[in-house]
Amino acid sequence: MEIAEELAKHQKAISVAEFFEKNRQILGFDSAPRALITTVKEAVDNSLDACEESDILPDIFVQIIRRGEGFRVVVEDNGPGIVGSEVPRVFAKLLYGSRFHALKQSRGQQGIGISAGVLYSQLTTGRPTAVTTKIGPNHKAGRWELMINTATNEPEILNAGESDWDRPHGTRVELEMEGSYVRSRRQSIYGYLKNVAIVNPHARITLVEPDGNVETFERATDKMPRPSYEIKPHPWGMELGGLIKMLRYTDKKKLKSFLSGSFSSVGAIISQEICEQAELDPEIVPQEITHAEATRLLAAFKAMRLKSPPTDCLSAIGEELIRAGLEKEYRVDYIATTTRPVSVYSGNPFQVEVGLAYGGELKADGKVEVLRFANRVPLLYQQGGCAITHAIENISWKTYSLSQPGGGVPTGPVALIVHVASTNIPFTSESKDAVADVPEIVSEVELGMKEVGRKLRRYLSKKNALSERKEKEEIIRKLLPRISKKLAELLEREEPDINPVVAKIMGNLLVKRSIVSENGEAFVTLEVANYGDAARAFKLHETVSVEAGSIEPAARVIALGDGYDHLWKVTLRPGERQMIRYTVPSEGVSFSEPVVEGIPSELVSGARAVG
Amino acid sequence: MKDAEATKERLLGLAETLYDQFQKGIVPHLALPSRTKSNLEYDQEGEVWVYGDQESVRSVKTVRGAKSVLKTSYLVELLIKEHLLQNRGSTLREIYYISENWDVAKFGEQAESDRLVEDLEILTALLREDFHVRPEEDGATVFGPLTISEKTRRGERTIHCQEDVGEAGYQIPFNVDNVEFKDHDAKFVVAIETGGMHARLIENGFDQEHNAILVHLKGQPARSTRRLIKRLNEELNLPVLVFTDGDPWSYRIFASVAYGAIKSAYLSDYLVTPSAQFLGVQPTDIVNYDLSTDKLTDQDLQALRSELADPRFATDYWKEQIQLQIKLMKKAEQQAFAGKGLDFVTKTYLPERLSEMGMI
Repeated sequence: MEIAEELAKHQKAISVAEFFEKNRQILGFDSAPRALITTVKEAVDNSLDACEESDILPDIFVQIIRRGEGFRVVVEDNGPGIVGSEVPRVFAKLLYGSRFHALKQSRGQQGIGISAGVLYSQLTTGRPTAVTTKIGPNHKAGRWELMINTATNEPEILNAGESDWDRPHGTRVELEMEGSYVRSRRQSIYGYLKNVAIVNPHARITLVEPDGNVETFERATDKMPRPSYEIKPHPWGMELGGLIKMLRYTDKKKLKSFLSGSFSSVGAIISQEICEQAELDPEIVPQEITHAEATRLLAAFKAMRLKSPPTDCLSAIGEELIRAGLEKEYRVDYIATTTRPVSVYSGNPFQVEVGLAYGGELKADGKVEVLRFANRVPLLYQQGGCAITHAIENISWKTYSLSQPGGGVPTGPVALIVHVASTNIPFTSESKDAVADVPEIVSEVELGMKEVGRKLRRYLSKKNALSERKEKEEIIRKLLPRISKKLAELLEREEPDINPVVAKIMGNLLVKRSIVSENGEAFVTLEVANYGDAARAFKLHETVSVEAGSIEPAARVIALGDGYDHLWKVTLRPGERQMIRYTVPSEGVSFSEPVVEGIPSELVSGARAVG
Repeated sequence: MKDAEATKERLLGLAETLYDQFQKGIVPHLALPSRTKSNLEYDQEGEVWVYGDQESVRSVKTVRGAKSVLKTSYLVELLIKEHLLQNRGSTLREIYYISENWDVAKFGEQAESDRLVEDLEILTALLREDFHVRPEEDGATVFGPLTISEKTRRGERTIHCQEDVGEAGYQIPFNVDNVEFKDHDAKFVVAIETGGMHARLIENGFDQEHNAILVHLKGQPARSTRRLIKRLNEELNLPVLVFTDGDPWSYRIFASVAYGAIKSAYLSDYLVTPSAQFLGVQPTDIVNYDLSTDKLTDQDLQALRSELADPRFATDYWKEQIQLQIKLMKKAEQQAFAGKGLDFVTKTYLPERLSEMGMI
């Protein structure tokens, strides 16, 4: 017997059960608590996607029921339902799904999703999964009990029939499995659904926990998210295997029409250029292209100057809805948001959105809370290995008024939300827990962080200035007058003029009049001093019952009915002072309070301020 | 001790400083030395620890500072109008309660009013006794061959501190400067930490046998106790020996008698007895007399280490003793001597230790 024949004896197709056992971790079923979360996540993702595709505001019901040692997981939605013939394969065949080959922003991508939950359920409890679905009010609901044939990866229908269901349309799936229910952590079903609610403010989600506690995440908007569109692949994002597959299965008869018809950013002219670059006949039949020729074709793709892929295919949450989502799940003092423009990595369009919540119920000590999302799906695990976290760590947060002891994620009463939307999210592994360190994505997240960081800094400095001003108001209104009164009582003297001190503390403009009388003449000095940190230009009015003499510097004098208004135009730089002098007779002259025109009254001490 | 008129002038001088600052358009403020360990300096001349040049400024620019200046004004008014002009006084705790009526100038806790009284002492270079402010508890007691006369509200009393007092001894008044030393027959002063040991020495007749004045420290000694010890040392030229437990906290009691305290270093000149010597219990005694001991706790260890870094303990004697104690990991109370018999401390330990120190 030849060696190859000997080896062939041992070669056999591995069953899906074996495949599952070996890949528990990447499928998200590696621990008892996580198995429950992953099952709920896959079912909820499906429900949200289905509702969005049919333009239905999602109303999702999740219930976890304790069943002996295990749990029964129920997820029900008001989606469009599933056509009967599709049900077995959707739920009970791995790697079957509508989105596997589509380049479109969607929650699920591989089609492993819910069928992995079905498989886990039957492996741990031996029980089938029950699916009830209804496609419209005029249809009967169908009910299936399904298992996966682990040898063939084909669905096995244990039971199928009609059922009475009061929903007009929708799908309900019930699975029994081993697991363990946790509540308190962020990595829990509750934590997951709360995060889902933040980035899907158009959805209402109800969770009934094993102890009967009901949590409802209310919807914050009736507006559906903008639908995402399917796009053709961009040549820069292609890999050889994918290209060969497309060449084999295309229905185009010629290479040039294959190129212009199958890729985005490729028209007739570019198609011609690619063929020239790859030294291929544009008229050749795609199926006849050899491996070597395909390699040349791919090289030509990379060498071409091409337009970016279309970017309107993505559906951002939008700043308004991120704000609404944050507001409904957290009580905070301040929210900043930003949506970055669409950008491209390796031919894949992507877009980053950032939200920052500050203060309120958020804890001031400890690291800020980081909520990561990819295509509206919360990422709960492997925070440390994620490009989003790395981008946050790259920022110098001190610049934005947050402390960052020892570098890394900053500390403070802050929650950061980062959403990356793309037709193809580059995950670090199949378990889709963390975004890979693609430089373009890291850079966009950093830019978004800096934008909300700047907004936070502005908010905090405004808040500070306000509390500083308030503190100073307390000093000048409550404390200084009492101090001066008490000192005057102690020393049995007149109360001192506190205006100069008030002006200094508040950074105000000070006007102070002092009079020295000599030989029947009163020498009047008006001291004007600018203690503020901005230049001040104003008019100073001094109204006296007589016309003043020896005025220095010269003043405009206006005769009033019962006296004279002396008017100076004064400009003072910060810290500058000026003396104005004049004389009047020392007897029988009356003064009014000096008047400053052109400075708000709260910035003036020792004079009346008028508009 | 200043008379009431001079004290009033000093306090008014403080008010005047603030008033003038208003008049001149200077933001009113008071400057004080900062009362921290890092601002302690050794004064060669007086052989005591005093404050250095670091200052902390209380300015009305901040709410805190303005409140503190306002409270100072109220306190000055109280001291002048209620104390000095009426010849009355209050305790520190009473001052805290009096401030109930001061509205925004009310003290938050007694520690705050205590501190402000100390601040006034520094700002006026006077003592709280000059302000007629007294602590809640009076000083401890004295027993020994000493005759004093004390000015009291009911006239002058002459007292012999063995013959005219009960078993408890003579109670040190809060204002020690009202006490005059008339006569004595003493060779030295022993300041004792615990009441138990103080009573043991009196019961065993140690004061008579050795002509010793026994001062009870009552733990960390009050100002009046420290002042009395200093005056016994200075005016009567008596050596002072400090007898405490053998643990780091007791060494600090010795330090406050001999070197002064961080919080009240401005009073060092007035309260500190630089020539005071540490009698025991020494870590070496633990070994030599094989005393019953307790294990050092983590806090004890930390305190010992911090003493090694304290400028006040930077002598060869203390380094040796403290390092030995850290090695032993043990501490002993004064009462540990009782394990050898009730007379052991007065018949054996003290005589041996005192002759070692050259006292007898």
